[in-house]
Amino acid sequence: MTSSYLELVCPAGTPAALRAAITAGADTVYCGFRDCTNARNYPGLNFDRKEMIEGVAYAHARGRQVLVAINTFPRAGDEEPWHRAVDAAAEAGADAVILADIGVLDYATRHHPKLRRHLSVQASAANPMSIMFYRDNFDIKRVVLPRVLSIEDVAALIEQTGIETEVFAFGSVGPMSEGRCFLSSYMTGISPTSEGACAPASHVVYKEDGGCMKSYLGNVALNEFAKDEPAAYPTPCKGRYVTHDRASYLFEEPIGLNAIDILPQLKAAGVTALKIEGRQRSRAYVAQVVGTFRKALDDLAGGAVSVAANDLKSVAEGGHETFGAYKTGWR
Amino acid sequence: MTIGKKASNLTIGPLFFNWSVEKRRDFYFRIADEADVDCVYVGEVVCSKRESSFEDHLPEIVDRLNAAGKEVVRSTLALVTSEREMNAIKANIGYEQLIEANDVASLQSLKGSPHVIGPFINVFNETTCDFLVRNGAKRIVLAVEASAAAIGIIAAKASAIETEVMVFGRQPLSVAMRCYHARSHGLTRDSCQFVCGLDADGLPADTIDGQPILTVNGTQTMSHGYGVLLNELGRLQGMGVSHFRLSPQDVDMVRVAALYRAVLDKKSTAAEALDKLKTLTAEVPFINGFIHGREGLSWVEN
Repeated sequence: MTSSYLELVCPAGTPAALRAAITAGADTVYCGFRDCTNARNYPGLNFDRKEMIEGVAYAHARGRQVLVAINTFPRAGDEEPWHRAVDAAAEAGADAVILADIGVLDYATRHHPKLRRHLSVQASAANPMSIMFYRDNFDIKRVVLPRVLSIEDVAALIEQTGIETEVFAFGSVGPMSEGRCFLSSYMTGISPTSEGACAPASHVVYKEDGGCMKSYLGNVALNEFAKDEPAAYPTPCKGRYVTHDRASYLFEEPIGLNAIDILPQLKAAGVTALKIEGRQRSRAYVAQVVGTFRKALDDLAGGAVSVAANDLKSVAEGGHETFGAYKTGWR
Repeated sequence: MTIGKKASNLTIGPLFFNWSVEKRRDFYFRIADEADVDCVYVGEVVCSKRESSFEDHLPEIVDRLNAAGKEVVRSTLALVTSEREMNAIKANIGYEQLIEANDVASLQSLKGSPHVIGPFINVFNETTCDFLVRNGAKRIVLAVEASAAAIGIIAAKASAIETEVMVFGRQPLSVAMRCYHARSHGLTRDSCQFVCGLDADGLPADTIDGQPILTVNGTQTMSHGYGVLLNELGRLQGMGVSHFRLSPQDVDMVRVAALYRAVLDKKSTAAEALDKLKTLTAEVPFINGFIHGREGLSWVEN
């Protein structure tokens, strides 16, 4: 039997969520600074420098770890905020930084060689050659794998590179290659890649139209719902579009990823860590999802085949769940 | 501003659509024989399943383009995942032909030899640009999202690097594993029957209100409108941009090239060229929002 331990990596959009995640059993939390340097740059979220220092101290006092996501792409002529964020993560004593941009990786490698570096999913490294490029040049210790891979792909990649991997276990399904999707900026003018906000709430409008509710991003109608139907958030890749005279979820349904039923397969594939997504979600969400996964992982470590009651549907995106690309792939 | 800078080069970017072998060959032969362009990118960027049908005919296309005095660059896949795709990338590297890397997967093998960084690798800032130059990049094609301010800062490094901006064609907005073209027909990527070949200019995807908004091309999603930076050419030249990319659409690309060439050479005004371009592109609207820091789908009058 394998003795490998699956590390549970959990979101902390706020200091309160950080404490909730740790109380619920997170091994590691990840968070970001309150600016454009992280990919969840939404109002009311994230940490200032003092909060980061306190958060790291709180986690370390309980034997847990903190990762700092600095995973957007600096704008030309304005790289300072990203470099200062790396400096501040190092000062706070973070256990690692999660980076995507080659320039930020280069800065961190030169200025903070001892600060552990993880490769963000935003770098879209979906093959061994890309991973080796980042490892050889920037000594990355772990890669967060894109959500476009099947379990077989994940296993093969781990075997070929021998690197630590972190995979998404719960949260959103991202059908596009991450970090290089310009759909949201095409519709809003705000860049997820360098401003850290996909489908920003400031550009979201819901309008009643006859008997139904329509959702818009910018001026683009993305979906419509019957009055009694829950209205999904208008993200460009989760909208309804018309092809061949028929409206459909052309890219992906508004549905949540939940891998809790395939944890044994992920462990067998050699995965190091499981990532729960949702820094933009509530503290209650964090507590519920983290607690459920903690129990499932403890059962798994104890040899139980299956597992904690999977009662997460109510908090999944759109109220529906999928294995994403893991089971069947997207081929 | 910069010493040793070449004149403005006009380029034909890689063909994103799945045209038949005959249509592709006719297109490239006509570009070789009739188009006043300096450089032509060939090779499949979107989907590795399309490559085999085209591969056999590539050498004669490359020969014809070379004989016509065009620089030929081999473009590579934007999203690499399978071992077969990695092997294909490796096989392309090592020939004399210049390579355009579109996935970071290529960069390790290209280290130390001159190459082009394609628009699917994020180069948003100077530090990234500097790193890639040290790795051997000689030219950087900026992402479609790049604003004029960002282009200006990176192009100002022009003594170290050539910069290329896409100035015509549907703007590539995302790449994916899943094939949306197949999905729209109730198929999967593995069972796709090459339905992407049915739409030579891409498959329109409209909003539920009937507004044309996106174009699906296999695993790629593009804008509905054609990106048109005719009004901005003079400003880009002034910034030091050295290469101007026309992305092949199912329109008369030789005449499109002639219109852009005339504006670059100051033999025509942008306004004249825009009027003429509209007669070639039917109903498709023009867009230019990204370079002005706006919604990519918008048109900003200069």
